[in-house]
Amino acid sequence: MNPDPAITPELVEKHGITPDEFQRIRGILGRDPNFTELGIFSVMWSEHCSYKNSKPELRKFPTTGPGVLVKAGEENAGVIDIGDGWAIAFKMESHNHPSAIEPFQGAATGVGGIIRDIFTMGARPVFSLNSLRFGPITGNGDSARAAAVAHNRRLFAGVVAGIAHYGNCIGIPTIGGEIYFDESYEGNPLVNVFCLGVLRHDEIARGGAVGIGNPVFYVGAETGRDGLAGAAFASRDLTEESKQDRPAVQVGDPFREKLLLEACLELLASGAVAGIQDMGAAGLTCSTCETASRAGTGVEIDLDLVPKREPGMTPYEIMLSESQERMLIIVTKGREQIVRDIFKKWDLPYAEVGVVKDDGMMRVRKGPDTVAEIPAHKLAEDAPIYNREATERSALPEIGTLPQVDPLEALPALLAHPSIASKNWVYRQYDHMVRAGTCVLPGSDAAVFLVREANKILAATSDCNALYCATNPREGAKIAVAEAARNLACSGARPLAVTDNLNFGNPYKPENFWQLRECVEGLAEACREFGTPVTGGNVSLYNQSPAGAIDPTPTVGMVGIIDSPAHITTQAFKHAGDAILLLGDIGTGLGASHYIKVLHGKKIGQPPTLDFAKEKALHEAVRSLIRMGLVRSAHDCSEGGLAVALAECCISGETQIGAEIDLTPFDQNPDAPRDPADLLFNEAQGRIIISVRRENASAALALASWQNIPAYRLGFTGGDYLRIKSSGREWPWPLPGLRTAWWNSIARTMEDG
Amino acid sequence: MKAKVTVMPKKSVLDPQGVAVRDAMRHHGLPGVGSVRIGKFMEIEIDGANEAQLHEICRDLLSNPVIEDYDLKVEA
Amino acid sequence: MKAAVIRFPGSNCDQDCYHVLKETYALDVEYVWHKEASVEQFDLIVLPGGFSYGDYLRCGAIARYSPVMRSVATEAERGKLVLGICNGFQILCEARLLPGALIRNNSLHFVCEHIHARLENMETPYTHTEVTKADGKLLTARTGLLLKLPIAHGEGNYRADDETLRDLNRNNQIILRYSDERGAISGEANPNGSAENIAGITNRAGNIFGLMPHPERACDPLLGSEDGKLIFQSVVETAMKKTKTAAPTTKRVT
Repeated sequence: MNPDPAITPELVEKHGITPDEFQRIRGILGRDPNFTELGIFSVMWSEHCSYKNSKPELRKFPTTGPGVLVKAGEENAGVIDIGDGWAIAFKMESHNHPSAIEPFQGAATGVGGIIRDIFTMGARPVFSLNSLRFGPITGNGDSARAAAVAHNRRLFAGVVAGIAHYGNCIGIPTIGGEIYFDESYEGNPLVNVFCLGVLRHDEIARGGAVGIGNPVFYVGAETGRDGLAGAAFASRDLTEESKQDRPAVQVGDPFREKLLLEACLELLASGAVAGIQDMGAAGLTCSTCETASRAGTGVEIDLDLVPKREPGMTPYEIMLSESQERMLIIVTKGREQIVRDIFKKWDLPYAEVGVVKDDGMMRVRKGPDTVAEIPAHKLAEDAPIYNREATERSALPEIGTLPQVDPLEALPALLAHPSIASKNWVYRQYDHMVRAGTCVLPGSDAAVFLVREANKILAATSDCNALYCATNPREGAKIAVAEAARNLACSGARPLAVTDNLNFGNPYKPENFWQLRECVEGLAEACREFGTPVTGGNVSLYNQSPAGAIDPTPTVGMVGIIDSPAHITTQAFKHAGDAILLLGDIGTGLGASHYIKVLHGKKIGQPPTLDFAKEKALHEAVRSLIRMGLVRSAHDCSEGGLAVALAECCISGETQIGAEIDLTPFDQNPDAPRDPADLLFNEAQGRIIISVRRENASAALALASWQNIPAYRLGFTGGDYLRIKSSGREWPWPLPGLRTAWWNSIARTMEDG
Repeated sequence: MKAKVTVMPKKSVLDPQGVAVRDAMRHHGLPGVGSVRIGKFMEIEIDGANEAQLHEICRDLLSNPVIEDYDLKVEA
Repeated sequence: MKAAVIRFPGSNCDQDCYHVLKETYALDVEYVWHKEASVEQFDLIVLPGGFSYGDYLRCGAIARYSPVMRSVATEAERGKLVLGICNGFQILCEARLLPGALIRNNSLHFVCEHIHARLENMETPYTHTEVTKADGKLLTARTGLLLKLPIAHGEGNYRADDETLRDLNRNNQIILRYSDERGAISGEANPNGSAENIAGITNRAGNIFGLMPHPERACDPLLGSEDGKLIFQSVVETAMKKTKTAAPTTKRVT
């Protein structure tokens, strides 16, 4: 074997370590690091593992609350109580950059990673969501755009196929999410994946290397050179042949992970596990030092004992490998045979690779030689923290005057835009019914899932309107949380907690960092207002290309609970002859709206403002109306405003039901907009459309008024049109046209070539 | 002309199918199976293309160079 | 009366099947690991859906050689009830316990949605009964009855040679066909390209039933359909009758 390269300033720089950080390392070790140790520090102190540029901001999130059993930052995922001794573990994570290189495997391994984070907590994963963003998939008529559009379509198709491949094979239903298409994501797709698992309170597993003398087991797939292509250097000369040895992407094996999941849950049930952690980013390195750090102990492992699928792997390579589907398990001494029996049963590789020690060191041996020795706690917790500079980004231009577009054309155009159109082309590829718990299929405001084991009904949604965040990051982030809470309310749920995935550009650019800070402040404030602690999440930075950074995208994943099956509510109109009511104001303001983006090709104007008090009152009111059995359907207004929301109520159900809407009463309202586009498509917050039995309309209005919610009759369901009347004008849209525009849009785009 | 294209996962890339089939073969009475790698084999009949073009299509369409290698054999 | 739900490495719908049998029908049901040697003691054997062995090589190709499958074949030969759902159906075909094969959907996409399956034969152990649904309405087996069932598969395209298809038709072995909501067996209603819109078949003797739709996902009004109960209730009633009328083991006097 070639000797390790010398530790030169160039080598240190190649590892992404600054001279100050290098001095810090020397201080911790009391000497220079060797090559393997340099690699270990470089990966543990990378942004991805240490959050060194974002930690000061993340501390602003509210993370405590009466239902919080495991807080953000304590373990791999937070845990929330759902009653009767049951709890949920959930989290969202990103896999943006790998998906840009190899969309199928990038997305697949992202799914694999988040699932492991859940079952490492001792929870059985029961459903997934995802939040995806791509560059535009339409507009290839313009020859200058054709190549870019084709590329965006390839990324979109590849990511969806990868999520389907992994999720379907492992048998966890993917039941909801959101997908947006926008120029700012061209070249920088966002793949944020969410998973939720269920467990009893006494089944919560922790990732600490507890118990001096306990054996440390490695279980799961063999270690290869995955993820090392991007590594700064090799400990042998990099020839053309050896470059071949380093795969640019990790390939996930969902079958292996299914076996791993079952084996780990069986093992956890046996009581033989003292600590467990999955090997995700920075694989063996991260899991070893984090478990030791959490428990205040040390862990010693022997790399000769680690199962490998490639010959001649160096310590550097083994420690930094990102091979998938592997777990580190600290076993109670004396119970080793259970591990062997269970992993033999499931035909999974396993090996006893080390032991827990009392010296606080992460010690890596290769046979008799020590190849790395680092104080675990300092490695895991003492990464430098940076306070980045923030400079306010200049606001986007105001709207000014825009040419009129006939609403008869505008509405179908909005419904056909891939960001708003039905996502059925996508979710038909996901098994969204396995585990026999999906009460509300994809396509409504939130996903609703019955967890049979616990007899609890959960609702979950993922939301972020990045267009708002681009123009006003703080307000946009507040709205992301409010919209999630509103979607849960429309489904009959009350919110419990939040996981977040922050997607931003290069933090060293002060304008980008300002956006991150503002979004975090907005998320934190909104989470406090809605009583939803943040249980954990992920930060993805450096999402940018030569063209610039992505729009700031703080994705919010929110989970709620529905108290009774009778409260489960969906968005489509159910019966002809029902009364349609608007809860909330008619609203005004087209700033940062999809109307302007889709019809005028611009992202301009200030986003709507959020009023927490009004919003919370509205959600409570909808929940009480639902509890009283008055609500037949509920849908909130978001992209595309009132007209799009009404259209979705008409066309998204199993049968399409029209609506006769009369907005002329609003002519008397001085705050109501006069411009038809503003009236129909403004994206004012705090608005929910409900349909009720005709004879219950007065009662519903009275109840809303009693709770100080503005409430208005809009009209009645029925017929083959969505017809909206206002101030002497009338816009009739035949339902088949709206339905076709909305239902088939993405399929047509993807299949026409 | 006839072209025969074999597409295999790159040597260093995990081949989950290969691993599963290797284990199945071992259980099926062949304990000595060391490794299995599974790829695709294509038989193409084509006129009016030269070998350079075939290599290009192998790289651009028939294989994913990020994770796969291809082998092209041309028979006149 | 005992039921078994076989668990292969990669089975995903085992818990769903187990739950229906245990909670809805209060059966004595057990999980049986694929390495077990015998399923002799069971009257109903269920091969659940999922991705056994990751669907690697071919769906069901590796699972068919699991140790337990030898006993499943023996018991099937003896007339025991064997129900293969989705991947279970694929395993039964690979094991030659049912004729034909399931290949990739003609769209090349995985598809998950509700379909209508038209009942073609109401005289099998799996499709003969009458179910009272949660809302009090009756679901009664008859030829032409439409069942709303979920499908979720990438390889559900049923293929067999002409002679086999003729035999299946002649012997009334085609139990379910994909249809539209009015009962028409049309191309549009076919989600995967299956020959003759075939969604489920039995063997000649009628004791082995393989189907691509998931009845275990259609036993709860909360999930959008209870039509799966027709299949489960039928087979449970058949199995109960069989075990009752089976004479207690006595020594034959020779």
